[in-house]
Amino acid sequence: MLHIVNKSPLDRTALDSALRMAKPGSTILLIEDGVYGVTKGNKIEGAIKEAMKTVSISALWPDLEARGMQDTVIDGIKQVDYNGFVDLVAESKSVMSWL
Amino acid sequence: MSESTGGIEMEEDMSGTVKKFAFINRKAPYGTIYALESLEVVLISAAFDQDVSLVFADDGVYQLKKGQATKAVGMKNFSPTYRALEGYDIEKLYVEKESMEARGLTTDDLIVDVEVLDAAAMAALLEEQDVVLSF
Repeated sequence: MLHIVNKSPLDRTALDSALRMAKPGSTILLIEDGVYGVTKGNKIEGAIKEAMKTVSISALWPDLEARGMQDTVIDGIKQVDYNGFVDLVAESKSVMSWL
Repeated sequence: MSESTGGIEMEEDMSGTVKKFAFINRKAPYGTIYALESLEVVLISAAFDQDVSLVFADDGVYQLKKGQATKAVGMKNFSPTYRALEGYDIEKLYVEKESMEARGLTTDDLIVDVEVLDAAAMAALLEEQDVVLSF
């Protein structure tokens, strides 16, 4: 299953909830303001690193770049473009958006 | 008083009134329209010669992050505008320390010079404003 989060983890609890409810082996894709979740030094960095042991976490790089966060991404986070986004959706049996 | 001079007199009265305006920015750029709208209103306020302060707290701190490059998302990068505020005599920019640190940022990461205030100092700043506008 693909979980998509588009809200900043410091503003809303969407990413917290997605991390808590994503089954091991699933994928979490961060887009829009959600990409702040995979930046170094962020309050949620520890939780992200812990989650990376069981789920795959990706972020949309155009959104990272727009926000000037392209150089602060946590090591091991996969970065995808819009085509990669489509591939993730196509590969997944189901998609959940954490609005 | 004739109607034609009424407006002019009012203008003269208004010119002596300078109020303290604070614009509170608490949202990240691009995900919502708030940051850009705030900037538009701030620039308008500059035309009225008021005592303007800009506050960046919570995700609003992200508005000032260096290195924003929006070509791939097809949106306008408005971050250079913060550097132009000085030219409009808007020079009071404040960042809340706690918000900045929670995001792993330092003043070196910001596109403009700001004054960093802790929550208590920010509370005092807000208290002394005549008008507080939230975005």
